[in-house]
Amino acid sequence: MKFTDEYKELAWQGLWKNNPGLVQLLGLCPLLAVTSTLTNAIGLGLATLFVLICSNATVSAIRQWVPKEIRIPIFVLIIASFVTCVQLLMNAYTFGLYQSLGIFLPLIVTNCAIIGRAEAYASKNPVKQASFDGLMMGLGFLLVLMLLGAVREVLGQGTLFDGANLLLGDWANVLRIEVYQLDTQFLLVILPPGAFIVMGFFIAIKNVIDERIAQAKPKIVNQEISRVRVNFDEK
Amino acid sequence: MAFWIASSPHNHMQSETSAIMRLVIYAALPGILAQWYFFGWGNLIHISLAIITALVAEFTVLSLREKKITPQLFDGSAILTAVLIGISLPAIAPWWISVIGAAFAIIIVKQLYGGLGHNPFNPAMAAYVMLLISFPLQMTSWQPPLELMALPLSFLDTLSVIISGFTIDGYSVEQLRMHVDGFTMATPLDTVKTNLTLGLTVNESMENPVIGNNFGIGWEWINAGFLLGGLFLLAKKAINWATPFSFLTSLFVCSLVAFLLSQDSNASTMFHWFNGACMLGAFFILTDPVSGATSIKGRLIFGALAGFLVFIIRKYGGYPDAVAFSVLLCNMAAPLIDQYTRPRTYGHNITNNAPKNTGNE
Repeated sequence: MKFTDEYKELAWQGLWKNNPGLVQLLGLCPLLAVTSTLTNAIGLGLATLFVLICSNATVSAIRQWVPKEIRIPIFVLIIASFVTCVQLLMNAYTFGLYQSLGIFLPLIVTNCAIIGRAEAYASKNPVKQASFDGLMMGLGFLLVLMLLGAVREVLGQGTLFDGANLLLGDWANVLRIEVYQLDTQFLLVILPPGAFIVMGFFIAIKNVIDERIAQAKPKIVNQEISRVRVNFDEK
Repeated sequence: MAFWIASSPHNHMQSETSAIMRLVIYAALPGILAQWYFFGWGNLIHISLAIITALVAEFTVLSLREKKITPQLFDGSAILTAVLIGISLPAIAPWWISVIGAAFAIIIVKQLYGGLGHNPFNPAMAAYVMLLISFPLQMTSWQPPLELMALPLSFLDTLSVIISGFTIDGYSVEQLRMHVDGFTMATPLDTVKTNLTLGLTVNESMENPVIGNNFGIGWEWINAGFLLGGLFLLAKKAINWATPFSFLTSLFVCSLVAFLLSQDSNASTMFHWFNGACMLGAFFILTDPVSGATSIKGRLIFGALAGFLVFIIRKYGGYPDAVAFSVLLCNMAAPLIDQYTRPRTYGHNITNNAPKNTGNE
């Protein structure tokens, strides 16, 4: 019972409460720079997800033997080797996407979301939990990237999954949806300032939802307090 | 019996926000009339489109924010923003340009920062820059003055171009921009800039038909109109003299120095004054009390910086006109300017051996 609770908490933290994109605001550089289309966002999100799971697992597995003083260089080394793997794999199998992601693929090394998880969670917990935490944090990041990519692509050029064949192979050309016809692109949304504005709206929406949830909750809390008082008086 | 101890300032200006905003809108009328006379109905149509959008956007956000709707909706600030956007757009731009611009100005630049009085940037100019960056083609398709156009452009033609992109007789925006001799016309500022890259001197550019006898057919009168409106505002004390004065002086000095150094590659001072959005910027945009500097000294620096930036961008930048960009850059600098030009508190004398660093108080 306790075991599943821990995983539930990890999932809740990674996907919503402590989402690396919306709440921790980590890794903003790729988040804002690469999400001009949904395909790019998924590509970078998957790469980050993979690196995050592997680095969390490795950091957790060797946590007994890593001296405290030099842990950061070791974490960076581990993350960098996984990023290199991803980079070589993408270069080999999804070359078009590799080119459109450009410098942001190797820059995953410096994504603070990854080293943050290694430092804050993986280096203190067993391998299973650490990998699961990596999966959930990575999924949270991937979801934000996808949302941002989808909104920006629809607003900016009126399509979805444009260039999906770069990621999934030639059959994926079917996926391309033309939501509406635009004669001219809305350049602002495609350029980085648009990413900041859309991101701001996402964070605002998340805060509104959290507020609604918080408004619904206090009633229960009040009831608990009154019960305690009643018990106290009776004694 | 209660004694009210009010904090300073004790001397209030009695007129309300809406009265000042109305005055500013009236003052823009001469310029708008000149625009209508030389360029036709386009800008008036855009102004009305922008006003409708701005009011709808303002109403939506105010009701979402649960604010008092009637007083804030009709305080005139949204309407003034819309009027300024409508004035600055190319007359034959498509309708959605002014709709997107006005909605962006009100929702994102003004209301998301907290509404009137809290916006760090001038909403109209931020919207203009957003449009210019997002839709470069539509935002640079300037219509030539009516008297130079090969095709007639009635009110219905203009409306049709704005809504569908074609006149009633089926002419496109590109065809409308043709001169009788069959070349596409640009604004005077753009003409001079492009000709310089083609190796022509400024004097040779001045023979281009769009320049006319003085500084640009239509443009000189529009700027004269806004200058007149600005002087009216100064006389009514609705705006402070410092910003327009230092802006125009700074632009004058910069262009004069450049003109004296090389007459072939620099336009005259008055060409800079009476072209583009110069007078509109000086009297109607830089004087925005919210996004500008506050003290007299601060306003002098603010205006001078804006004038300098306008000249630099017009001369070396990628865009022919620069008022919107320099206004935004100066808006960014305004808090810093205010920080360093804080007036001394009453009673403190500079000669009075007080420590010079006011930050120590």
